[in-house]
Amino acid sequence: MAAQHAAADAPPDTGLQRDFDRTIAREQRIEPRDWMPDGYRRTLVRQIAQHAHSEIIGMQPEGEWITKAPSLRRKAILFAKVQDEAGHGLYLYAAAETLGADRADLTERLIEGRQKYSSIFNYPTLSFADVGVIGWFVDGAAICNQVPLCRSSYGPYARAMVRICKEESFHQRQGYELLMTMMRGTEAQRAAVQDAVDRWWWPSLMMFGPPDENSPNSAQSMAWKIKRHSNDELRQRFVDMTVPQAEKLGVTLPDPELRWNEERGRHDFGTPDWSELQRVIAGDGPCNAERMARRRAAHEDGAWVREAAAAHAAKQAARAARAARERKGAAA
Amino acid sequence: MSGTTPEAKGDWPLYEVFVRGKRGLNHVHVGSLHAADDRMALTHARDLYTRRNEGVSIWVVRSEHITASTRDEKDPFFDPSADKVYRHPTFYDIPDDVPHI
Repeated sequence: MAAQHAAADAPPDTGLQRDFDRTIAREQRIEPRDWMPDGYRRTLVRQIAQHAHSEIIGMQPEGEWITKAPSLRRKAILFAKVQDEAGHGLYLYAAAETLGADRADLTERLIEGRQKYSSIFNYPTLSFADVGVIGWFVDGAAICNQVPLCRSSYGPYARAMVRICKEESFHQRQGYELLMTMMRGTEAQRAAVQDAVDRWWWPSLMMFGPPDENSPNSAQSMAWKIKRHSNDELRQRFVDMTVPQAEKLGVTLPDPELRWNEERGRHDFGTPDWSELQRVIAGDGPCNAERMARRRAAHEDGAWVREAAAAHAAKQAARAARAARERKGAAA
Repeated sequence: MSGTTPEAKGDWPLYEVFVRGKRGLNHVHVGSLHAADDRMALTHARDLYTRRNEGVSIWVVRSEHITASTRDEKDPFFDPSADKVYRHPTFYDIPDDVPHI
């Protein structure tokens, strides 16, 4: 159950650590009230919170286009997609709360910049083609990342990922379909698609995180089976998956080193600009300040609604209690 | 986090959500959410957990109202069911030529 994490951490010699290790080794799931090492709990809270924050901030780049969508059909689709992103954030916050995290506290941490979200959402959406490319690349990359997380060792996280993955498929397909439509359009529309591809390709590759040799926490996460594949392996899968889709669409991926490697049976590709990733993570991306300001404003502007709803609930509860007392008094 | 209750800060309490996928199935726990009161919890649960026809009925209950067994209790707690093999049909030897049993 959420919010009741109980089972205070105890030293390993009590056998708790052994039970935990055995559960992981048997590919069984760790559940909320189980004993777990502090580090496992901390790592999960950080990862799940960061993932939740990404979904919530991820509403912004595409949300900007809801009012500017070119047709009612596209508007309805985009609206549903952005609503899904909110839903994904909420599934994940709920999973984090099963570990004893507090929702309000997680929100505070995001707003104060003490917890991160995915670097990808700090890039601007300059044209409607960006909506399509985000669905294709960003949601495609998310699927590569998230499908293995459906087997993550922590039960509530894995179950949230199952729900999310089902919905991501719609996200990716609506994006690709949008781009196919634009590619059948005018020369200017095709150019807009290629321009969006050029801008989003490298940031999308960076979504998988730093290369394995610079990803110090990965080994422990994989030993705990929180994470199932390394950053580089997932990045490679994304490239292999995307290249034939780009060919079908008729766009060029902006990497001169990209080619099929017969021997490996996979694509070779260039190295993303890791210093750019570092800059964006550190807060110096094109839209970091804007995204944070918008999230903070939404939280602050919504405060009166939350307080009013709580006050209304308290009033209703008091009224119901008084009515019950009066009924009891009348009966006596 | 200065010792005040979540409600006092205007934060909404936590609810657990159970959804009946279709007629003939039990309600199953699907996750949790925050809401100011029971009614809001139901509508939030609808919006959050049944955006794609995942349910025909929803239960919500305040998380604090759920009593659960703990992992620590597990072995002794479930012991009564572990040592009664005679509760299972396979415990009984019946000749193969007895029909329908």
